Amino acid sequence: MISLAGRDILHGWGKFLFTGLGLGLLIGVTLTMAGVYRGMLDDGRMQLDNSGADLWVVQKDTLGPYAEPSSLPDDSWRRLRTLPGVAQAAGITYLTMQVQNGKRTVRTMVVGIAPYGPGTPGWPRHLVAGRHITRGHYEAVADLGTGFRIGDRVRLRRHEYTVVGLSRRTVSSNGDPMLFIPLSDAQQAQFLKDNDAILEQRRRIAANPVLGRPTVVDAAIESQTSPHSVNAVLLRLAPGARSEEIVQTIGRWQRFTAYDRDAMGDILIGKLIATASRQIGMFLVILAFVSAAIVAFIIYTMTMDKIREIAVLKLIGTRNRTIAGMILQQALALGLIGFVVGRISAGLATPLFPKFVLLIPLDSFIGFFAVMAICTVASLASIRLALRVDPAEAIGG
Amino acid sequence: MNKKGIVIRGLRKRYGEGETAVEALRGVDMQVAPGEVVGLVGPSGSGKSTLLKCLGAVIDPTAGYMELDGEVIFDDGWKVRDLRALRRDRIGFVFQAPYLIPFLDIVDNVALPRMLAGVPNAEARETARELLQALDMTHRIGAMPAQLSGGEQQRVAIARGLVNHPPVILADEPTAPLDTARAMAVMRILQDMARRFHTAVIVVTHDEKIIPTFRRIYHIRDGVTHEEAGEGRPLDAS
Repeated sequence: MISLAGRDILHGWGKFLFTGLGLGLLIGVTLTMAGVYRGMLDDGRMQLDNSGADLWVVQKDTLGPYAEPSSLPDDSWRRLRTLPGVAQAAGITYLTMQVQNGKRTVRTMVVGIAPYGPGTPGWPRHLVAGRHITRGHYEAVADLGTGFRIGDRVRLRRHEYTVVGLSRRTVSSNGDPMLFIPLSDAQQAQFLKDNDAILEQRRRIAANPVLGRPTVVDAAIESQTSPHSVNAVLLRLAPGARSEEIVQTIGRWQRFTAYDRDAMGDILIGKLIATASRQIGMFLVILAFVSAAIVAFIIYTMTMDKIREIAVLKLIGTRNRTIAGMILQQALALGLIGFVVGRISAGLATPLFPKFVLLIPLDSFIGFFAVMAICTVASLASIRLALRVDPAEAIGG
Repeated sequence: MNKKGIVIRGLRKRYGEGETAVEALRGVDMQVAPGEVVGLVGPSGSGKSTLLKCLGAVIDPTAGYMELDGEVIFDDGWKVRDLRALRRDRIGFVFQAPYLIPFLDIVDNVALPRMLAGVPNAEARETARELLQALDMTHRIGAMPAQLSGGEQQRVAIARGLVNHPPVILADEPTAPLDTARAMAVMRILQDMARRFHTAVIVVTHDEKIIPTFRRIYHIRDGVTHEEAGEGRPLDAS
């Protein structure tokens, strides 16, 4: 038996192809939205992976620097390093700020890294160009997403930094590219006040009857203006160390809060991205309904155009299942064209997005079967219409 | 080809129930022999279409007897089970408009009922080509329906009706949209094919041009048929 659906499609291939293209663009938007969601998750995971930490020690009873302000003394790493099972400890600061790159303003996450060399928690793991920071001040490693090149000069607050290395996919959970600078520079950038504010504070302290005594004033000014805080201390554990025990020990004796990788993942992905992912999920549902409605409308219209032919087919003895199969095959073919066009258009569009969009094979796989399911459901009304056609309609009178 | 034509006795069809019931057929008698072409003539609302639908196994009569090619297909409420197969294998249809399937070429249009009957595609197409050849359509083989004239389309429709060699062909106003020459050509084809394949052909028509060509005519009025002899005018002289 010949394929009636195939012949019908070939007969009106132009109309069918353009309809498929239109549907494909809609499917492309849907796949891209799924890619945006995956990109957000991946950005969150990247931030965890790139830190190279097993535990995050943060200000007591806070969720840590990715979620809310966290501040702890910058020498905390010394006593944390002495805990059994801790192999490495390093303070770190995070500061999101707008950085000028030529005429362009780039939103970046400035990361202050402890000066213990590559392999220290918080340092970028791999560079794609240049070298790591080797000097204590005024050098920077920038993510490619910042647009900086080796040798570029970056101004942060009062100081300029030279870009000596470039990294890739070192981003915050918001997708902002990172700029790594020495910890002490980052502390100054984050906590040090500007000169006018320091002068104003100096005048206030001097005027204070308690602190204004000559022997106290310098110490008071020093304590209030010098930055000695970090946002977190990153710990890397020794092989075989049990993270739960260390987390409990830190919480009980060190008066900090510690999170292991799973807990920090929950904070980053489960809490920070949850609302955005629900938003995207809702958008995907709406797009799925719109796609279904469009496919249903197209297939229904195509079936309506063939009512007389369907009546003739039934009159000359065509089985109902052959007619239903014809309509279903056309809906699936339309979905297939739409999916292929959608997948290609999503692939072409993703590099144009300002933030990372991740198209993974699993989403394409799920998307394909979702499109086929939607097309199947959308064809049901048309099949019902076709099966209700009376063969007598082919006979006049 | 031991075909036996069609026999109808006391065929009735009622639409609706009770006071609103309409008796469309009130006891139709009809007999058409193999190779014979008869006319079925009557005004609008006389029951022509209802009779055609009953003959075409599209609707069920209310009462009466129908025999097709020697086999009883309806007898006072009893009917054969697979009407779809009956239509496919034993009844050929030719309509007022050709109603060809626009996305199939003319060979596949003709071959389709044969393919639906389970005949392999190649064999069905071969039969279709032979029929198209017999209908002088060789030069159009491979064309799509939209590329044919009205008369050519109607010839393809006749070929489609004949492809399963049915014992009966029901033609519903097959010449209505055609001019006299083409209408006569279609009638000639129907008569030739009826003779060649021993097929009983019932032509429902209003067409004054072709009514004189029938040897036998059934007039239907108010759901009752009256048989009368036709002029049987030769087609070449019409």
